[in-house]
Amino acid sequence: MTAQIRKWVQVGSLEDIPREGARCVKNGDMTIAVFRTAKDEVFALEDKCPHKNGPLSQGIVHDGCVTCPLHNWVISLETGSAQGADEGRTLAFPARLEDGWVLVDLFYSHEAV
Amino acid sequence: MTTKKLVIVGNGMAPGRMLEDLFDRDKDAYEVTIFNAEPRVNYNRLMLSPVLSGENTYEDIITHGDDWYAANDVTLHKSARVSEINRDTKTVTSENGITASYDKLVIATGSNPFIIPLPGKDLDGVLTYRDLDDVDKMLDAAKRGGRAVVIGGGLLGLEAAAGLKMQGMDVTVLHLMPTLMERQLDPTAGFLLEEEFKSRGIDVLTKANSHEIIDDGAGGVGGIRLDDGTEIKARIVVMAVGIRPSADLAKSIGLEVNRGVLVGDDMRTSDKDIFALGECVEHRSMCYGLVAPLYDMAGVIADNLLGGTSEYTGSVTATKLKVTGVDLYSAGDFAEGDDREEIVLRDASAGVYKRLVLEDNKIIGAILYGETSDGPWFFDLLKKGTDVSEMRETLIFGQAYQGGAPLDPTAAVAALPDDAEICGCNGVCKSKIVNTIKEKDLTTLDDVRAHTKASASCGTCTGLVEQLMQATLGDEFNPAAVTPMCGCTPLGHDDVRRLIKSKELKSIPAVMQELEWTSSGGCAKCRPALNYFLVSDWPGEYEDDYQSRFINERVHANIQKDGTYSVVPRMWGGMTTSDELRAIADVVDKFDIPSVKCTGGQRIDMLGVKKEDLPAVWEDLGKAGFVSGQAYAKGLRTVKTCVGSDWCRFGTQDSTGLGIKLEKFMWGSWTPAKLKLAVSGCPRNCSEATCKDIGIICVDSGYEIHYAGAAGLEIQGTVVLGLVKTEEEVIEYVCALTQMYREQGRYLERIYKWAKRVGYDEIKHQIMEDGDKRKAYFDRFVYSQKFAQVDPWSERVSGKDKHEFNPMAVLTKEAAE
Repeated sequence: MTAQIRKWVQVGSLEDIPREGARCVKNGDMTIAVFRTAKDEVFALEDKCPHKNGPLSQGIVHDGCVTCPLHNWVISLETGSAQGADEGRTLAFPARLEDGWVLVDLFYSHEAV
Repeated sequence: MTTKKLVIVGNGMAPGRMLEDLFDRDKDAYEVTIFNAEPRVNYNRLMLSPVLSGENTYEDIITHGDDWYAANDVTLHKSARVSEINRDTKTVTSENGITASYDKLVIATGSNPFIIPLPGKDLDGVLTYRDLDDVDKMLDAAKRGGRAVVIGGGLLGLEAAAGLKMQGMDVTVLHLMPTLMERQLDPTAGFLLEEEFKSRGIDVLTKANSHEIIDDGAGGVGGIRLDDGTEIKARIVVMAVGIRPSADLAKSIGLEVNRGVLVGDDMRTSDKDIFALGECVEHRSMCYGLVAPLYDMAGVIADNLLGGTSEYTGSVTATKLKVTGVDLYSAGDFAEGDDREEIVLRDASAGVYKRLVLEDNKIIGAILYGETSDGPWFFDLLKKGTDVSEMRETLIFGQAYQGGAPLDPTAAVAALPDDAEICGCNGVCKSKIVNTIKEKDLTTLDDVRAHTKASASCGTCTGLVEQLMQATLGDEFNPAAVTPMCGCTPLGHDDVRRLIKSKELKSIPAVMQELEWTSSGGCAKCRPALNYFLVSDWPGEYEDDYQSRFINERVHANIQKDGTYSVVPRMWGGMTTSDELRAIADVVDKFDIPSVKCTGGQRIDMLGVKKEDLPAVWEDLGKAGFVSGQAYAKGLRTVKTCVGSDWCRFGTQDSTGLGIKLEKFMWGSWTPAKLKLAVSGCPRNCSEATCKDIGIICVDSGYEIHYAGAAGLEIQGTVVLGLVKTEEEVIEYVCALTQMYREQGRYLERIYKWAKRVGYDEIKHQIMEDGDKRKAYFDRFVYSQKFAQVDPWSERVSGKDKHEFNPMAVLTKEAAE
């Protein structure tokens, strides 16, 4: 992809997401998991583990990663990449905070770059 | 240039290895299609024995999963047995009608078990031991108990016998020859092995010639009759007398076939575009059934497929028996001969026997029994044809005694050549392990297993791998240290629990701060553990941290593989009513729940509930009086009962009533791992109390309390704690025992593992004999229940954790574009 088209969409407020937790955003057929870390950063990943499509939104959030509830793969919230010895990557979307609102860029994912 | 097409017939370990070798060299040279007659992906056949004995599962032994085929663009046709190969048009067709064309073809059809043509060989219950289906059949048979007869005292037969014994069957091994494993062992080692098997309660009959398999009158196996007239009653007969190359397909298309498919040193068959690989092959009059030669062949074919000129010149093989607790290693040729010498070492008290056979000052055969750590070293000397005359005097004592080297096993491992094989199951050599440790900065055994697969299968090389780590890492590696809870702390579970109490740490951040966690917020291993420790140690003070709980305990339902949930309401003591059943039926209809199943714990499981529907499902169930069955909890699950004296003519006490009382008293309590109870009304034990975490057997004189049973990955009968006289006492003693376990258990440690660690005598002493201790445990249990017995379902129906069950936003198409 050469041109970078961006589409920031407001999906909710920071308070909607439990600290060290996640909420889901349905975007057509895709579910996006929006995470909030202990330090109140927000991240967005497709809600699908690269291993066996486990719902990452249901995992335990820790240190910039989420552990998949099905088979304990650890996925980086920032890049969507599996950590440790496992290999695989899930779609990651840029996310940011603005006045307490959570915005996700739905057009742009790390995989597309 | 267009990509060439490679078709492989068969999907065993040899073609798996060949593809790995091929892709390592050139990922894009071929478009690969595999036809597999078995309905599954590629698994490690060497590891069937641990699956049979219950030490591993099928998932553990998969070598190439579906993802691997996808990632490498390999087309895998499962359950597709090839029926036709046309060498003129160069196409392959399977029975189910799939056709693929090839430029190069690899035939890897493996082997078939040899069936002895005895009368009765077709009876139901006559099994072979070759693939996972065979293992499943044996496991099925083992569940019914009775006796198994294994024909064949070779490698496979003995592994099958040991596995079936571990699954609880009585086992007799029949062996035609005078000593066991005569192809790999000399008579002395064979005798030691026979004694070992007998000491495990396995009957061994040598020089036993089978005459016929006896019909039980219903078309099944009833037993076996030997030539000398001996009859042995049996439920199953396992034939493990050898394998035959499966060469029919090759023969049918006119390739040259003898015992197996004939190949030259380049592994080509009589058709230059067709290779043969693995157990179906006959090379220089040899057919191989062990994995190492197959891997050697795989490497040769991979090279030749890429235009190379590699040659396979035959293999010397080493054998290891994969039966837990039997150390046995054999390699090469050990027959006696005029020009041969032998060196023998025996240590009867330690059960050790070692024998080396030398010819022209070179090792040509080695048998090690009881102590096998020098096996790879001897094998290496053998393969390389090293002249051993210099070290003859001390050779038998092993590598540690050579060349003035210290008696340190680490040094011995360090001295091994780079290509010495460390892990036989996964074919991992020394340099691979050492390099990976260095490249990836690995410091723990788990890391090494994850990255290299060494010691990740049968585990017999774990000691060697640890020594290698020691040699590579020096002081950084400390295998004797306490296993840390996780990567965030060097402390083990016990230390953390002790410090939580002594330092009065009452929150997860406080624990992490005071105990100097190395990560900022812990990880998915330590957080749930810490949360449990704090819940258990500070009832009423510590507030449960939901974000540190596994999803199942956070949403009070069990997550399924597709992300839906299953819902199990409590049925106290397994009793239910027509109203309850009606309510469940209504819920199933209303929410379109796809599956309803009876659980092993006498309750009903509704599977496939959408997460969004959970609160509404619970609301309807709640109206009918149901509460959460906590089927997801590391806590009290079920109390299974039989009908007892209410209905049963054998019942000695009201087992149902007692079960309900126990469940009502104990529900909601969190424990280190799940806790399942049962109460049986008499020693006939219909509620299977003697394999539960805690089980009660009612007898005329009172109630026998059992505990520490297991019937999952491990199978273990319970241990008797003691006999009490009244139901009140049962409740007090059981709760005290549970509390002791709650306070001492490591997170996710089942009660039977905790008991083994702490000691049955100590537990008996504290619960049965020390009244003050018991009372104190009981009081602490009762106190913590004040805070624990809140139905999580009704809480959530009233609105708690609403955010869990709904998406934060649903974007419409317009919004997304």
